[in-house]
Amino acid sequence: MATAPTPAAPSRAGMKKELPERFKSYKHVWVFIEYEHGEIHPVSLELLGEGRKLANKLGVELAGVLLGGNRAALQEAALQVWEHDADLVYICADPVLEHYRNEPYTKVMTDLVNTYQPEIFLLGATVLGRDLAGAVATTLLTGLTADCTELAIDDEGSLAATRPTFGGSLLCTIHTLNFRPQMATIRPRVMAMPPSAPGKRGRIIEHAAGLHEIDIITKVLRFLPDRDSNKAQLAYADIVVAGGMGLRSPENLQLVRALASVLGGEWGGSRPLVQKGWMDADRQIGQTGKTIRPKVYIAAGISGAIQHRVGVEGADTIIAINTDRNAPIFDFAHFAVVGNAIEILPALTDAFRKRLSVNRLAG
Amino acid sequence: MHIVVCIKQVPDSAQIRVHPVTNTIMRQGVPTIINPYDLFALEEALRLRDRLGGTVTVLTMGPPMAEDSLRKALGIGADRGVLLTDRFFAGSDTLATSYALSQAILKIGETWGVPEVVFTGKQTIDGDTAQVGPGIARRLGLQQLTYVSGISEVDLAGKSITVSRRAEGGVQELKTALPALITMLEGSNEVRRGSIVDVLRGARAELVTWNAQAAGITEMGNCGLRGSPTVVKRVFAPKARATKAVPIETRERDAETIAEDIIAQLYATQPALEAELLRTAAGY
Ligand SMILES: Cc1cc2nc3c(=O)[nH]c(=O)nc-3n(C[C@H](O)[C@H](O)[C@H](O)COP(=O)(O)OP(=O)(O)OC[C@H]3O[C@@H](n4cnc5c(N)ncnc54)[C@H](O)[C@@H]3O)c2cc1C
Ligand SMILES: Nc1ncnc2c1ncn2[C@@H]1O[C@H](COP(=O)(O)O)[C@@H](O)[C@H]1O
Repeated sequence: MATAPTPAAPSRAGMKKELPERFKSYKHVWVFIEYEHGEIHPVSLELLGEGRKLANKLGVELAGVLLGGNRAALQEAALQVWEHDADLVYICADPVLEHYRNEPYTKVMTDLVNTYQPEIFLLGATVLGRDLAGAVATTLLTGLTADCTELAIDDEGSLAATRPTFGGSLLCTIHTLNFRPQMATIRPRVMAMPPSAPGKRGRIIEHAAGLHEIDIITKVLRFLPDRDSNKAQLAYADIVVAGGMGLRSPENLQLVRALASVLGGEWGGSRPLVQKGWMDADRQIGQTGKTIRPKVYIAAGISGAIQHRVGVEGADTIIAINTDRNAPIFDFAHFAVVGNAIEILPALTDAFRKRLSVNRLAG
Repeated sequence: MHIVVCIKQVPDSAQIRVHPVTNTIMRQGVPTIINPYDLFALEEALRLRDRLGGTVTVLTMGPPMAEDSLRKALGIGADRGVLLTDRFFAGSDTLATSYALSQAILKIGETWGVPEVVFTGKQTIDGDTAQVGPGIARRLGLQQLTYVSGISEVDLAGKSITVSRRAEGGVQELKTALPALITMLEGSNEVRRGSIVDVLRGARAELVTWNAQAAGITEMGNCGLRGSPTVVKRVFAPKARATKAVPIETRERDAETIAEDIIAQLYATQPALEAELLRTAAGY
């Protein structure tokens, strides 16, 4: 009875592609451009990179979809979408769309899809993207694959969306064979940020929302921005230092913070630290926490369970410090330090501090 | 007021093992639990009921053994349990699941009064999609409130509700009309332990069991595999990394030497890194 895909379900594997006539006109790849508080969420740009590959494979166009309250601001944002290689930007500007709310965004998005008929539609698996994607897919009665880690086009021209299942112990590839658009969400940092081409331009299609505030039932009374703006940076930090249960006490998390601070990076930890109340949930790294893609990831006293692994695999260099030479983290780390993190972390912090402070004196 | 909470019975994935040869999940002996995220939804529902009066109905769709999860929920304090079970539901993806659940919620409404609030968890630990909640909301035309971290006001007479919702970069305070669907954020409350009385009641309670027909479902094409637009084509194990980790010698070395070695090796792999770190450090 799985909303989880059930492995070994032969009847599913046997299903054939017989795309109904009404979907044959659906063409092109769309990326929802998450635009809030005057900024495009980086995940949308990451998805443009993926969308470009899919569009090239299919020989179709890549479009970004921008919703918001202010037309001039959206047109400004469209430049960035073009520069990340979109051929086309759909813009829908209406005061009703100023702050994200499910109802008007769902209405406009389903309307756009029904009007312009994309074959593939990608959204970031952020709180906003997940909230919107579920509602849009249900309204359109099409398939939606959440938290994909890999997208490809199969021999029949269908989207093959791969995602972890059963807590990351397995991967499965999911197709939406006979419905359109084929929808998928992807978490921030799972895909690499594509290069941008400054000055590149494309087309704009403006779409009227046709909505009135009086018809929208949900009202935003207030928005309280997160106080510690650093927290949001974890996913995008170049250097991340994280601790696990191997630190043995909440006080030793200070060793992790100190190293991160010397390196000008961010810090986080494994899930048990959240469960024990040693740190806040938004510092958790892994499948049910943040996915990170830093240049350097230093994991101290973390065993490397699969749920942790899926969140850090995109790091360029993983340095693992663990007393147990058989810890699973050494299966995917680049450097294996078999030793006591409680001793090595402070030494590493001192060594880096010495090397990096020289320059500070030199100016 | 009447509140419906959707809960799912899931394998305790902390204990799941994958068969090394066949790549299938070894379910034998893996205990099942109520999806941990759903407990926060249940707790919030119980708090509303305790404050405002009314009843809490828990609903689950699953195989017959999913009744265990309903009994546990009754043991925590829910008033009524409904098990939706039918072979036609097998192989449901999130779209088909949200269809079956929303039909059952309509039937629950006809039978015991239309719910003002339907709760789901943030997501499941096996499906892990966070799609079923929004799916139910769309199908029933309920106001959709996802990632709710707190409910500050419920006005039953005025049919309105005010909640805090986790949004990108902050918290939204939203006011909307009832009936609404809420997906509850984890950690936003502390799940109670049931009283002995409730636990005993849960163990003995008569559960309501509906098959598709009893739940008033006539469109069988919307259920199970047939009602699922997504198709799982392939299941496989993650690839191991091709090259093994480079060991950094630690035996009979002091921490300072190890640290220097780590830094030297790191800089050797990422030649541009040292300059970047120096630049960042200089920026302070
Ligand atoms: C549905 C689900 C989702 C999950 N999501 C996540 C997630 O998002 N992120 C996540 O991290 N986990 C997640 N987990 C938990 C995950 O399965 C592991 O339990 C968790 O990652 C283990 O954390 P840990 O490595 O810190 O602790 P442990 O597994 O206890 O490992 C501690 C490690 O420290 C080492 N050690 C001990 N002392 C020292 C020392 N002095 N110096 C150096 N090393 C030492 C030990 O050898 C051991 O390898 C999830 C689990 C489930 C079921
Ligand atoms: N089979 C089911 N029976 C009852 N509720 C479910 C079922 N599947 C999902 N849900 C609810 O929907 C939420 C989101 O599930 P998912 O979309 O699978 O992540 C869960 O937390 C449950 O509250």
